Amino acid sequence: MTALLSILVLVFILVAIWQMVKIFDLTQSDSADGNNQIANDKDNKLNGYLMIGFLAFIYIITIWSFVELGDLPLMSNSASEHGPGVDSLMIISMIVIFIVQTITQFLLHYFAFKYRGEKGKKALFYADNNKLEAIWTIIPVIVLAVLIIQGLFTWTTIMNVNEDNDPLIVELYAQQFNWKARYGGADNTLGKANVRLIDIDRANILGVDEADPNAQDDIITSELHLPVGRPVLFKMRSQDVLHSAYMPHFRAQMNCVPGMITQFGFTPTVTTADMRDTPEMKDKVSNINDIRVQKSKELVAEGEEALEPYTFDYLLLCNKICGKSHYNMQMKIIVETQEEYDAWIKTQKLFKNSLVNN
Amino acid sequence: MSAHADTHDAHDDHHHKETFITKYIFSIDHKMIAKQYLITGTIMGVIGVIMSLMMRMQIAWPEEPNVIFEALLGKWAPDGVMDADIYLALVTIHGTIMVFFVLTAGLSGTFSNLLIPLQIGARDMASGFLNMVSYWLFFISSVIMVSSFFVEAGPAAAGWTIYPPLSALPMAQGGSGMGMTLWLVAMAIFIASSLLGSLNYVVTVINLRTKGMSMTRLPLTIWAFFVTAIIGIVSFPVLLSAALLLIMDRSFGTSFFLSDIFIQGEVLHYQGGSPVLFEHLFWFLGHPEVYIVILPAMGLVSEIMATNSRKPIFGYRAMITSILAIAFLSTIVWGHHMFISGMNPFLGSVFTFTTLLIAIPSAVKAFNWITTIWKGNIQMNTAMLFSIGFVSTFITGGLTGIILGDSALDINVHDTYFVIAHFHLVMGISALYGMFAGIYHWYPKMFGRMLNKKLGYIHFWITAVCAYGVFFPMHFIGMAGLPRRYYTNSNFPLFDDLADTNQIITIFALVGGVAQLIYLWNFFSSIFYGKKAVQNPWRSTTLEWTTPVKHIHGNWPGEIPHVYRWSYDYSKPGHDDDFVMQNVPLKEGEEELQH
Repeated sequence: MTALLSILVLVFILVAIWQMVKIFDLTQSDSADGNNQIANDKDNKLNGYLMIGFLAFIYIITIWSFVELGDLPLMSNSASEHGPGVDSLMIISMIVIFIVQTITQFLLHYFAFKYRGEKGKKALFYADNNKLEAIWTIIPVIVLAVLIIQGLFTWTTIMNVNEDNDPLIVELYAQQFNWKARYGGADNTLGKANVRLIDIDRANILGVDEADPNAQDDIITSELHLPVGRPVLFKMRSQDVLHSAYMPHFRAQMNCVPGMITQFGFTPTVTTADMRDTPEMKDKVSNINDIRVQKSKELVAEGEEALEPYTFDYLLLCNKICGKSHYNMQMKIIVETQEEYDAWIKTQKLFKNSLVNN
Repeated sequence: MSAHADTHDAHDDHHHKETFITKYIFSIDHKMIAKQYLITGTIMGVIGVIMSLMMRMQIAWPEEPNVIFEALLGKWAPDGVMDADIYLALVTIHGTIMVFFVLTAGLSGTFSNLLIPLQIGARDMASGFLNMVSYWLFFISSVIMVSSFFVEAGPAAAGWTIYPPLSALPMAQGGSGMGMTLWLVAMAIFIASSLLGSLNYVVTVINLRTKGMSMTRLPLTIWAFFVTAIIGIVSFPVLLSAALLLIMDRSFGTSFFLSDIFIQGEVLHYQGGSPVLFEHLFWFLGHPEVYIVILPAMGLVSEIMATNSRKPIFGYRAMITSILAIAFLSTIVWGHHMFISGMNPFLGSVFTFTTLLIAIPSAVKAFNWITTIWKGNIQMNTAMLFSIGFVSTFITGGLTGIILGDSALDINVHDTYFVIAHFHLVMGISALYGMFAGIYHWYPKMFGRMLNKKLGYIHFWITAVCAYGVFFPMHFIGMAGLPRRYYTNSNFPLFDDLADTNQIITIFALVGGVAQLIYLWNFFSSIFYGKKAVQNPWRSTTLEWTTPVKHIHGNWPGEIPHVYRWSYDYSKPGHDDDFVMQNVPLKEGEEELQH
């Protein structure tokens, strides 16, 4: 497929070059001075019409994108408490953009068409109009003021974590190229930790302080389980390079920085099971599975393994370039009821029991 | 300087014997240096574009063997399958080359050098020697940057932002060894080159304007170059210091940016530094840098739009004010790249506020350009097409900035393809359009010949369609949550439904890339075979068109022309022609609009 395409591209290049040579020879043959390389009325007319054609192209690609690619998980179906606030701000911004884009592109291309040059015509000498310029200074000011104010309210709500309502404390720990989660255990308090305390031989892979009483009941896992409806506050660490904990379904992202602890909090509102059952998600998953079935057929024909069918899960992705396997640094997130969560956490090993004594 | 002395200078230059080396290689003539910048920038541009096409092919057909990879990447593409390390290297070097070597040096270097002396009425730059040194430092820096592809462990691969610790630790990735050292050395030399150039531009504009050329009679090109040079002088040294500190961390064991690191089974000694500090230093240049890229393009476009609309630029003073406003704001918005870096959320609020303010001067400029062509007599020369294209992509790309600049929304689209689509349209494609517009417009001045217009039209229309075809749908891929800088998306079934769109984008990119060959052909063959240009082919008002077609040292054979009016007297009532050149004295009773 790619080989074929590459050959096609090469052929296309050759044809294009041959064509260019030909065109070039033709245009150079009448040996007047350079003035015939300056646009004449015919060129103005042709390009004027092309401008209108291009305007249509912009509108068509806009409509096509919205219709074909308009299933935008980042603007609908959020799974956290602050999500709908972000989404509505996003939609307002998109509407503003859409209106301004439609109008200005129309004016630009329509004027280019309407006022295309003709011999003998004279342009209007129109150098300044303070009133007009005041209008298009003030209108953006008003629109932006609204967007800034709503944006700042949304931002402050998200970033000001209220520790009074007893959030579940979870550490997200990043390393090239995987994630770990650490829960505070029964006391919901994380034990102290530093990479200098890492002891691979004792399986203390996160550098948790073994002497810290708070650390004893900590629980380290490779899957992130969250009880629905309870605020969760993530404390983030990285042991090697910058990583970024990106949880798109929850409208959440924060960098993990070596040498410091960063934080981000949200409240998950939809369990994994409920999300799988929403009609939008069912559509999306069945669409993806159709694609995978198709692809599997090709793979099987080539003697390779078929792809597994896809079931939806929330994901934590790494979203800061972190090295060779950056593209595969992920962790599954499972949002479940409090009872399911309690049952799960009971099956996990406490930190003090996970250490290897030698 | 008296008129007598001027004539004398020019006279002397005529008798100056030139060898091949002093004329074409170590030239101190600003017009030759401009051409050197342009051609070096073009070569770097070709390299940068080929890299982007290889990345696009990998994204569309991940991990499939490709003869092009095998041919170009050698050991980095065993059996024609691209390696994950080299993908990140392509990401890094593509970004670095396009931002610095093409759109900073290639654009600003070419046109500041060519136009500043010609349009202000000066015989050359304030210091021809520094100008030559500036170009040659740029050349050396380009060679070092490209040579990093030939070192054992590969070139720098930490992204063009080279955030430590990834860029600081050779054990974190192959490219952070010798490749990163070369990157840092190349950039340090590049910054020296850029500073020499910028200082020269500022001094020249302030001191060498001809008689009558007040600041408010300057063409907007000169205003843009002037302000760009000032931004460069203010911000580039900060990147230099960041690069030097990073070199210290890498080679001399300091801990400016590093702390508490455990990698490959051992704890490193670094203690107390912070990668966030590097991000601040980097973006203190990094953000003004996008204006260093776009302001010269804005200046070129303003000039070309007025000339080809046969109308004065609308709101000359507002245009200058908005350039100054953008320049000022550009230095206090860098934190919008760092909303989720772990810095204090309150800072995020401040940077949201300052960032969205930039939309105001930008909107003023866009509306003023649209009003400039309103009721014009638009000459659809290729340069004009690219200028209209510039305004179009600048609006489309700029508008999504109000999403990215809004911290609450940035949380979720940060580092996704939405960002890539945004900045490629607003600064990448727009600045390239500005550069193309400038080349098509001033080619007759540079080479004394015309570019072929039919090839120009074909070049523009294919490029315009492909640019939208590539970057418009890309916004939607980003809004679907796809992170950037992923070698393949096949580990995330979640994104399987985006594969088709990615292929469409790649096909547009390939066609758009191939279309640039038309331009290259036109550019290089017209140097020798193009139609001979007349002195003022576009019937423009500015001083560069009063110089002879054939280049001479000192620009004007006789006295330097004096200036009597601003540069936008197009279609002025009371004149027979639809343009009045700046060196034409006011008629009796004629009022000057602006001075």
